[in-house]
Amino acid sequence: MSVLLIAEHNNKEVKPFTLNAITAASQIDQDLHVMLIGSKADNVAKSLSEVPLVKKVLHIDHEIYENYIAENYTAAILKHADKYSHIICSANTFGKNLMPRVAALLDISQVSDIIKVISPDTFLRPIYAGNAFATVKSNDEKKCVTIRPTSFEAAETTGGSAEIEKIDAADLTENTKFINREEIKSDRPELGTARIVISGGRGLQSGENFKLITDVADKLNAAIGASRAAVDAGYITNEHQVGQTGKVVVPDLYIAVGISGAIQHLAGMKESKVIVAINKDGEAPIFSVADYGLEADLFEALPQFLEELNKLNTIQK
Amino acid sequence: MKILVAVKRVIDYNVQIRVKEDGSGVVTDNVKMSTNPPDDNAIEEAVKIKESGKATEIIAVTVGEEKAQETVRKALAVGADRGIHVKVDGIIEPLAVSKILKKIVEKENPDLVFMGKQAIDDDCNQTGQMLAAHLNWPQATFASKIEVNDKSLQVTREVDEGLETIEVNTPAIVTCDLRLNEPRYASLPNIMKAKKKPIEQINASDLGVDTNPRIEHIKIEEPPKRKAGIKVASVEELVQKLKNEAKVI
Repeated sequence: MSVLLIAEHNNKEVKPFTLNAITAASQIDQDLHVMLIGSKADNVAKSLSEVPLVKKVLHIDHEIYENYIAENYTAAILKHADKYSHIICSANTFGKNLMPRVAALLDISQVSDIIKVISPDTFLRPIYAGNAFATVKSNDEKKCVTIRPTSFEAAETTGGSAEIEKIDAADLTENTKFINREEIKSDRPELGTARIVISGGRGLQSGENFKLITDVADKLNAAIGASRAAVDAGYITNEHQVGQTGKVVVPDLYIAVGISGAIQHLAGMKESKVIVAINKDGEAPIFSVADYGLEADLFEALPQFLEELNKLNTIQK
Repeated sequence: MKILVAVKRVIDYNVQIRVKEDGSGVVTDNVKMSTNPPDDNAIEEAVKIKESGKATEIIAVTVGEEKAQETVRKALAVGADRGIHVKVDGIIEPLAVSKILKKIVEKENPDLVFMGKQAIDDDCNQTGQMLAAHLNWPQATFASKIEVNDKSLQVTREVDEGLETIEVNTPAIVTCDLRLNEPRYASLPNIMKAKKKPIEQINASDLGVDTNPRIEHIKIEEPPKRKAGIKVASVEELVQKLKNEAKVI
């Protein structure tokens, strides 16, 4: 049987985490079909068909899918799900919202947030904020699985030529209405996929002081993250939060500034390749995961850091 | 309006998790347990809505072993009116919990069901969405702001891109983010009063729900350890190490 992956997109382009989920899904079964539910999203269908790992694109095109509403997506997926062994999507706010609704209606116990495919029915997933890894085997006949995107490489996006099949829309819910989305546009790399992330915590003391972080981020072409404490305090908006209940990031370089390193923050960043911690409290738990720790006052260290970076001839982009 | 709030007992968020040597799970003996943190936000929001005069009754429900009752008792101390404890031993998956909660909803007929967006033990993030599916109710997940109207809610959701606002007709399920509100502490007099509030005990087996796990836990292990890092003495040294040793800038 084939596996079905649900694509995340904005009717113009595929969201990057879908490409990571495609890689994971193809490890479960190579006969991978991608379902695109959208409105006037022909360009998205075309780009998905060009992903070499994708064998077929199922395209549901209807104006009721202009905005992503889990209830409407679920009805569309259930209408076409019966011939698939697995239904898969990324474990970000898109897939977390959607997949359990699908799984419940299929009477399937979902496997959330996998970081490794061991076999088509056995997966590795972190529990307790990543403080334990569980090897789990699903005994349901059909499986619903969400993929931790940062644990899988993004799939190649060119060279493929999968068939695009148009399929029917399903009924629309009257009970949920989309009102609006406040999306903050930024020229910086996306937090989830950036090569370098610099994050600030409560140590920054104010939203204005985040400028110290921004300046370094500009120099390194880095994404900006934050601890939950910094978001709770209103220093920066929620989409920057890294941690157990925020985003999980695995950059080449993670720089934690003024972040103590609560368990729930470490859950979101401790798989980063190289971790730097700058904190004036030498006992802060963040140092236990840092490859390079600098015990210093961030208000002195960050401007110096920028100055030293400026002295370098080249910085990798 | 009646609000049902589901709460879960989990290992306290401050406890350093230890994995059992035989790979069967994590150590829970003599470990501090608490209410799952975003479930506290769910209770708080329900109490605030009741205080504003828009709700008449709050029922706190939990599914779990005998001691899970502590979380209901805490909810009662913060402002819930009565409690329900659905007793079940051993591992219970979100799918089974959602089926049990469906039975409770059918019995109690609430207008709203609140719960945390995710439990910090299994990190599944499923129960609320599954309950909404079973009931065919709308779902508003990851809520950081809730506005209660006559027959609907306007909910601001925390999503990857930023904030999204949706309107859901009631009855509805809302899963709560930690930023929804600041949970209050129970005062001593309220803790005493809560001891007199009723908690109804129901055996899961009497509800006719199959609670057998569908997922086998083959092995629980510690994640790979990071190799110990070093402390650098200065910003200059840090930049040199990043450039020449780690080669990441």
